[in-house]
Amino acid sequence: MTTLDTTPEEATAESHGEYHQDMSFQPKANRIGLWLFIVSETFLFGAFLSARWFSTGTLKPEELNQALALLLTIVLLVSSISAYLAETSIKYDHRRNFVLFIVFTIVMGLIFMGGVTIEIKEALHAYPPETPYGTSYFMLIGLHAFHVITGLLALTMVLILGLKGHYGSKQYWGVEGVVKYWHFVDLAWVIIYPTLYLF
Amino acid sequence: MKYLVRAFVLGIVGYAVGVGLTMAIRGGGPTDEVAVVIGYIFALMGWLGGIGGIEAFGRQWVGKSVEVSTARGWRRYFQFSVDHKVIGIQYGVTLLSVLLIGGIAAMIMRVELASPGVGIVDLDDFNKIVSMHGILMVAVAVAGIIGAFGNYIIPIQIGAQDMAFPRLNAIGFWLVPPVAIALLMSPLLGAFNAGWTSYAPLSVTNESGQILFNMAIVTFGMSSILGGINIITTVITMRAPGMTWGRLPIFTWAGLATSVLAFAVTQFFAAAVILITMDRVAGTSFFQPDVGSALLYEHIFWFYSHPAVYIMVLPGFGVILEIVTTFSRKPLFAYKAVVASLFAIVGLSVVVWAHHMFTSGMANFLHGPFMIITEAISIPTGVIFLGILGTLWQGRLWFRTPLVIAFGWLFNFTIGGITGIFLADVATDIHLHDTYFVVAHFHYTIVGGSIFALIAAVFYWFPKITGRMYNEKAGSIFGVWLTVFFNLTFIPLFWAGMNGMNRRIGDYPDAFEGANKFASVSALILGASFLLFVGNLLYSALWGPKVGPNPWNARTLEWLIPSPPPEHNFTSQPVVIGSPYAYGVKGSVHAYFPDANEGDDPGDGSAQNQETVLA
Ligand code: HEM
Ligand SMILES: [Cu+2]
Repeated sequence: MTTLDTTPEEATAESHGEYHQDMSFQPKANRIGLWLFIVSETFLFGAFLSARWFSTGTLKPEELNQALALLLTIVLLVSSISAYLAETSIKYDHRRNFVLFIVFTIVMGLIFMGGVTIEIKEALHAYPPETPYGTSYFMLIGLHAFHVITGLLALTMVLILGLKGHYGSKQYWGVEGVVKYWHFVDLAWVIIYPTLYLF
Repeated sequence: MKYLVRAFVLGIVGYAVGVGLTMAIRGGGPTDEVAVVIGYIFALMGWLGGIGGIEAFGRQWVGKSVEVSTARGWRRYFQFSVDHKVIGIQYGVTLLSVLLIGGIAAMIMRVELASPGVGIVDLDDFNKIVSMHGILMVAVAVAGIIGAFGNYIIPIQIGAQDMAFPRLNAIGFWLVPPVAIALLMSPLLGAFNAGWTSYAPLSVTNESGQILFNMAIVTFGMSSILGGINIITTVITMRAPGMTWGRLPIFTWAGLATSVLAFAVTQFFAAAVILITMDRVAGTSFFQPDVGSALLYEHIFWFYSHPAVYIMVLPGFGVILEIVTTFSRKPLFAYKAVVASLFAIVGLSVVVWAHHMFTSGMANFLHGPFMIITEAISIPTGVIFLGILGTLWQGRLWFRTPLVIAFGWLFNFTIGGITGIFLADVATDIHLHDTYFVVAHFHYTIVGGSIFALIAAVFYWFPKITGRMYNEKAGSIFGVWLTVFFNLTFIPLFWAGMNGMNRRIGDYPDAFEGANKFASVSALILGASFLLFVGNLLYSALWGPKVGPNPWNARTLEWLIPSPPPEHNFTSQPVVIGSPYAYGVKGSVHAYFPDANEGDDPGDGSAQNQETVLA
C-alpha cells in the first residue's frame, strides 16, 4: 500500500514516471457522473411513481394529514434554498455562512424526518400497508425517507469536513455534489407530494 | 488473498450480526425473510469492507488520504484493485465461471428432457433449476462483454490511462461475487422456482430462496448502473487528443450505447424485485393475488428486461464489427449509419416492452402499437447487419478463430432476428407464446448473439491480454463445433414449440420425444466443446507462444501498445489523427505517439509503418 494525498484517479497519473495524463478532465467527469447518477435515480423514482398510478390511480383516503404534508413540503423547499446558499458561500470562501447554511439545512431535514415519522404513525392506523393506497404510500414515503437520511448523512459529513477547513473557493466539489443530491431529494418530494396528497 | 479471506469472514460475520440483530429486535427465527434481508445487507457491507472497498472511499470522506494497492502479479486479482485491466480480467474470469455453472444446470435440464415423464429431477426441482440456469446466464450475457472487455479495452481504445472513476469501477466488480454467492446459496432456503422473470404472484408466495434472488438482482443492478455511469463518463471526458466522435472505435461506441441503456433501465428490475420483497416482508400488496396486480409486475419487469436483451447484444455487435473489419482488411462499411443505428436501437428498445405481454390480458388497444414498434427495431438492426456484410463483401478474409466464430454469430443472429418477427406479430405470438419457440428464439439471440460474441472477443483479445497466442487449430475446431452443435440443439426446439410444447416444465407429450432426444444429445456434445475452449485458454495463457503488440495487424489503440499492456497503458500521450478503420488506405495512420522515446517503441513500429505491412 502506498499512501497518497490524492485520489487514485490522480495517483494513476502521478505514480507513473514521465508521462502525466492531463487530469483536467476530472472536475468535468465528476459533474457528469453525478448528473448521470441523478438521472438514474430519477428513473428509480419513476418506477415507483408509475406503480402508484398503475395500481391505484388517484385513489386517496380522507384521513390524509394535508396540513402537515404542506408544511413539510415548505420545510424541504426552504432547505433547498439554504443548501444552495451554502454552496455559493463556500465558492466565495465565506466559511462562516457556509457552516450556518449547512447547519440550517440539516435542521430542516431533521424537522422533515420528524414530520414524516408522525405521518407514518398516523398512516399505520388509517391506511396500513395492506390497503391499496397504503401500499403505494409506504413504498414512496419509504423510498424518499431513505434518500433524505442518506442526504442528511452526506450533509453532516460535508459539515464536518468543512469545519476542518477542507473546502474553499478552489475546492468545493464535495459540497457541490452533496448539495446537488439534496436538490434532487427535494425535487423528488415535489413530485411525490402531489402524487400522494393532491391528485 | 488476505483481503479476499477477510471479505469472506466479514461477510459471514455480517450475515450473522444482521440476522442476530433482527431476531433480537423483532423475534422470529433465523430463516424469517426479514432476518434474511437484513442479514444480506450486513453481509454485503461486511464483504465490501473486508475487500477494502469501503475504506477506499471512506478515508476520503473523513478527510484522510486515499491508499491504493500497488500489488503486482497474481495477488492483485484477488484484491480491491483500481486498475481497469485487472478489473476486466476479474469480470471475465468470474463470469466465465458462472457461464460454466449455468451450463451444468442446462445439462441437467437437457438430461431430464431427453424423455417424457419425470426422470432424474422432479417437476418442482426442474423449475428451480430452470430458474437458476436462466438468471445465471442472463447475468453472464448482461455483464460478460461489457464487464470484461468494456473495462479492459474501452479505456485503451480511447487513449486513456484508466476509467474516470477507478474506485467505483472496482466496487462495481466486487458487487458481483455476492450476487453469484447469494444465488448459489439460495437452495439452502428452498431456492426459487418462479423463473428468471420471477413473475408475480408466484414470486410473492414461493419459498424463501426468492428473497436471495431479489437481493442478488438489486446488487447486480447497482453494479450495472455504476458500470454504465463510469463508461459513459470515461468516453465523454477522457478521449485522447484527436479522438473525435467520428474516430471512435466501434466497440467503444457499442459499449457507450450499452451503458446508456444499462444506467437508464436497470433500476426497473431492481424496483420490481424490491416491490416483491416488500410484499413478502413489509405487508404491502402490490402483487398479492387478491388486491394486487400481476400485470403491474410484468410491466415494470419488461421495462427493464426487454432493453436488457439489447444490453446483452449491443456489445456483441461492437465485437463482431471490430472483428470483421480486422479480418477482412477493409474499412468498416457504413460506420456512421452503424453508429446511428446503435443509438436508434437504444431509443426504440425502451418502448417495446409489452410485446412480452400479448397474452397477459393487458388492454387490447396496446397490442397494435407495440407490435409495430417492435418490428421497427429490425430496421436499425438490419443496418448493422449491412455494416457487417458490407465490410466482409469482397474482403480478403483471414480465417482466424475470431472470424470463424463471427460467421457462426452471423448465422445464428439472423435466425434469432427473423424468428423474433413471428413473436412480435400479435396473431402468431398468441400461438407461440410460452412455447419452446420462444426458448429457441431467445437462445438464438442471446447465446447466438451475445455469448458467441463474448467467446469471439475472448479469442480476439486473448493475445493482447495475456501476451501469448492461443492454439489456432484448437480454436477454430472449437468455433465450428460450437456453431454446429448449438444449431443442432436449438433448431428442433422451434419445431417442438410450433407444435405446442410448453416451456418451463420438466415433462411433455410423447409426440415431442424425437425432437427432444435429438436436442439433448446435441446439447451434451455442445457442452463438451467447452472443455476444449477452457483447456485451450488455460494452456495457452501459460505456455502459448509469445506474441508482439499487434498479431492481427489491427489499427485501434490497444494494438499499438505492448501485449500485455503495461500498468498505465501508455508510456506517452497518444495523438489520434485518422480513422481506426482505414485499412488499405495508403499512408493513413490512426494514432501515433509524438513524444515517445526510442525505448518506448513496442518494437515492430506498429504505429508508424503499419500501412506498409498491410499494403
Ligand atoms: C428483431 C429483433 C427481435 C424481435 C422482433 C423480438 C421479439 C420478441 C418477442 C415478441 C418476444 C416475446 C415472445 C413471447 O414471450 O411470446 C421475444 C422474446 C424474447 N426475446 Fe426477442 N426479439 C428480437 C430480438 C431479440 C434479441 C436481440 C434478444 C437478445 C439478445 C432477444 C431476447 C429475447 C428473450 C430473452 C425473450 C424471452 C424472454 C422470456 O420470456 O423469458 N430478442 N422476442
Ligand atoms: Cu422483448
